[in-house]
Amino acid sequence: MISTILSRLVSLPGAMPGAMAQGLIWGIMAIGVYITYRILDVADLTVDGSFCTGGAVCIMLMLAGYNVWLSLLAAVAAGMLTGLATGIFHTFMGIPAILAGILTQLSLYSINLKIMGKSNQAINVDKFNLLVSLRWVKDAAVRNPLIMIAVLYWFFGTELGCGIRATGSNPNMGRAQGINTDFNKVLGLMLSNALVAFSGALLTQYQGFADVSMGRGAIVIGLAACIIGEAVFGRIFHNFALRLLSVALGSIIYYIVIQIVLVLGLDANLLKLLSALVVAVFLAIPYWKGKYFSKGGKK
Amino acid sequence: MLELKGIHKTFNAGTINEKRALNGIDLKLEPGDFVTIIGGNGAGKSTMLNAISGVFPVDQGSIVIGHTDVTSLPEYKRAKYLGRVFQDPMMGTAANMGIEENLALAARRGDARTFRKGITAKERELYREKLAPLGLGLENRMTSKVGLLSGGQRQALTLLMATIKKPSLLLLDEHTAALDPKTADKVLQLTDEIIRRDQLTALMVTHNMRNAITYGNRLVMMNEGRIVVDIKGEEKQNLQVSDLLKKFNIENDRMLLSE
Repeated sequence: MISTILSRLVSLPGAMPGAMAQGLIWGIMAIGVYITYRILDVADLTVDGSFCTGGAVCIMLMLAGYNVWLSLLAAVAAGMLTGLATGIFHTFMGIPAILAGILTQLSLYSINLKIMGKSNQAINVDKFNLLVSLRWVKDAAVRNPLIMIAVLYWFFGTELGCGIRATGSNPNMGRAQGINTDFNKVLGLMLSNALVAFSGALLTQYQGFADVSMGRGAIVIGLAACIIGEAVFGRIFHNFALRLLSVALGSIIYYIVIQIVLVLGLDANLLKLLSALVVAVFLAIPYWKGKYFSKGGKK
Repeated sequence: MLELKGIHKTFNAGTINEKRALNGIDLKLEPGDFVTIIGGNGAGKSTMLNAISGVFPVDQGSIVIGHTDVTSLPEYKRAKYLGRVFQDPMMGTAANMGIEENLALAARRGDARTFRKGITAKERELYREKLAPLGLGLENRMTSKVGLLSGGQRQALTLLMATIKKPSLLLLDEHTAALDPKTADKVLQLTDEIIRRDQLTALMVTHNMRNAITYGNRLVMMNEGRIVVDIKGEEKQNLQVSDLLKKFNIENDRMLLSE
């Protein structure tokens, strides 16, 4: 038993670059989730659909012969539109945020099928100029999240970005200070889903295909990355940029852990169950802390 | 500075919970008026302030601030003209943003929010100077999250935020009710100082008759969604709590008899 585990662990170092690349790509999506979940204080389930939308738009444009950067840009724009849809459901139509996200996510399933024409599309790494691929990990994979973090750090320091933060922190105060909270919610959702779609487009290139179910459970992975990042780096990272970085690092840790449990022989079909349970426990910890460990002045 | 004409508002109209909250409010404020508002629970004091600030649309009537008819403007657009402090200290500030960031948000009230910096180094100096006179030591913890402050500190900060950009009208909705008596007094004195210094026009809802008499140059009493007493000028200056109680009881009795 132990010897089989050990022999499996030997193959782990070889799997690490792949796990890290995946973690970095999903890290961009996790930063998108962080924007809605932590900054805007909205649990946005659109991501499960918009992740695939990004991949679908990117792969179809590339297959049609468009430049890779243009395809990425279009994927980002498509992601913004999905966020806009959820935003309109939520603000203009008054639907609770979670439900608005579910509605968009469901409609995106059809839209993604329509974009791709069938449930999955493959792209040949030899014939197209991909930014990232299973065959190699270009430094673009590392650079992308860092550029994203720098841009977001700048943006959330502007008047507009501060408005989004105030909207998430206290909408009453926001309106009293002349902030159009509905507009800011829509803006935040668009920004978040743009990042998610960008991440989906990168993953599509990385794995060489887009699949209509590739975004299933993306929100849980995003939350896991946020929570792991906060749990591991929360005490030392206070600056906003560092907190975004901790989310990206959280995503890498998540994929390394997943890689380890797979190498140890966990049934791959049980992965999503495992992810969900881990997120559930981590979400419960602050609640339990407040409820069971605050009596008697214990800290 | 403010003119309310025939304001009506009914909540849950047509249901068993129907509540006529505002029943024909007419009120005209001159520039520099500091009006205290008293009245029992459910008299419509807070509802009137919320109607002015646009938390909900009114059923009838018009609201003019300065020369602008704001009746159909949404809450966030009316904010341009209004400084507001709420009863709940949690409501007026963004808890997980810093003290200086909250002030910077308030300093941009009514301006378009663009890609310019959310707070500049010059502003930080200004806020430090503005915070120092509060005597709360906030000027030394400018980047602390507002969520770490006490209720009194938060109300003092909210007051500063409401007035850092001079509002056409300052709305104070029982802003000391949630504070301990000593802190409440301090915040009230601060309020009075700021209103005098900046010559603000203000409406202050209070449950405390003594405060309603001590502060302001005009006193309004509300009952059943109407203004029933309006005392100003010399009469207000010479007003005693006993006079007010007499009026209060007469009005209460009259309302009881009429029902």
